Amino acid sequence: MAFELPALPYERTALEPHISANTLDFHHGKHHNGYVNNLNNLVKDTEMGTMTLEEVVVAAAKDASKTAIFNNAAQVWNHTFYWNCMKPNGGGTPTGALAAKIDNDFGSYEKFREAFKAAGAGQFGSGWAWLVLDSTSLKVTKTLNADNPLTAGQVPLLTMDVWEHAYYLDYQNRRPDYAQTFLDHLVNWEFVAANFDQAIAA
Amino acid sequence: MNRRDFLHLAAIGTTGWFLAPQGAIAESTSPTNFFSVPPLPYAYDALEPFIDRRTMTFHHDKHHAAYVSNLNRAIATVPELQGQSVELLLRNLSAVPDIIRTTVRNNGGGHHNHSLFWTGMNPNGGGAPSGQLAAAIEQQFSNLSALQEQFNGAGARLFGSGWVWLVLDSGKQLQIITTPNQDSPLMAGATPLLGNDVWEHAYYLKYQNRRADYLKAWWNVVHWAEIERRYIAAL
Ligand SMILES: [Fe+2]
Ligand SMILES: [Fe+2]
Repeated sequence: MAFELPALPYERTALEPHISANTLDFHHGKHHNGYVNNLNNLVKDTEMGTMTLEEVVVAAAKDASKTAIFNNAAQVWNHTFYWNCMKPNGGGTPTGALAAKIDNDFGSYEKFREAFKAAGAGQFGSGWAWLVLDSTSLKVTKTLNADNPLTAGQVPLLTMDVWEHAYYLDYQNRRPDYAQTFLDHLVNWEFVAANFDQAIAA
Repeated sequence: MNRRDFLHLAAIGTTGWFLAPQGAIAESTSPTNFFSVPPLPYAYDALEPFIDRRTMTFHHDKHHAAYVSNLNRAIATVPELQGQSVELLLRNLSAVPDIIRTTVRNNGGGHHNHSLFWTGMNPNGGGAPSGQLAAAIEQQFSNLSALQEQFNGAGARLFGSGWVWLVLDSGKQLQIITTPNQDSPLMAGATPLLGNDVWEHAYYLKYQNRRADYLKAWWNVVHWAEIERRYIAAL
């Protein structure tokens, strides 16, 4: 059973003007799809072909001979998660238990924002900015290329793609503007809150 | 780094106009202007249709400029490094204090790599190398197409951001290598001769996800006369 490219959870034009349909077409249709195809070719007829995507990510991360499998599997996972972290008319502030936890662990929502923007801007080269639950604390982290918090035993709650392909057609070199827009207009806080509720219930 | 490499490097350093700490763009007389962005040696649209004007403008005026200003800010905090060439900094990164080492690695690397990149291309480029470099390529790769195929393959396989290089290694052999992000071959004791930027910013506006097409098209603008000059200087 092959891994599949999930459909975008909204229309290709739904995030405009913040992320263009053109960017989503390449990002989802070419980059994400490319990782899915590469992964399927790499695990075909191997034991990893029958694992869940999360299992492949975690197992391949521990095996230096499986770097290509890790990179493609993690990028499949990261991109699916990233699409779900956004929605049209997103942004705003979190509510409920997550909002209280952010205030508690970062001092305020504003401080979380600054940390998240700094992580995105500070990831040199390609990678991802994350909000994760690490044991009992929220943390902002950044990872290089395909790296993913699952391999560190952290629970990903929110991510932002800072590979240049995520924003170059719309923002060119202005990664900080993309990060600002992501927080102001795109974050799907209901999805992030659901991830948080699930993680603390587990 | 052995003494011979050091002297050799110092010799190259005096011939590269782009290495001078006070470069051609005298935008600022501020004391933090240790390095500056060299002007492009041709017009922004000169490499069309292979590399477009918009890409060149962002790449040179924004990306390269950011590496230079970050590097200057770091060097401003460490007086004993002031006046050193970017090559020396990169060859001997362990001598750079911890607190700015990653900044110098990333931004010094970014400055040096891009400086080599601009001068390694030319609107009248393409074709094939001649002379000693052509002979060395024939001896080590059989022919230029074989080198190009290896180089393009390495560039396409590089995961994430980085560079693909033809370098002269410490044994004076040609080698194709890749470096992640802005790491310089100098950090590994090799001399960069020819480098292609495979950060997405280098090709995304024109080629989007088609890095392989960019890698192939790029050979049309390679300035072999300059690459040959670097090769002879490095021997
Ligand atoms: Fe991406
Ligand atoms: Fe670049």
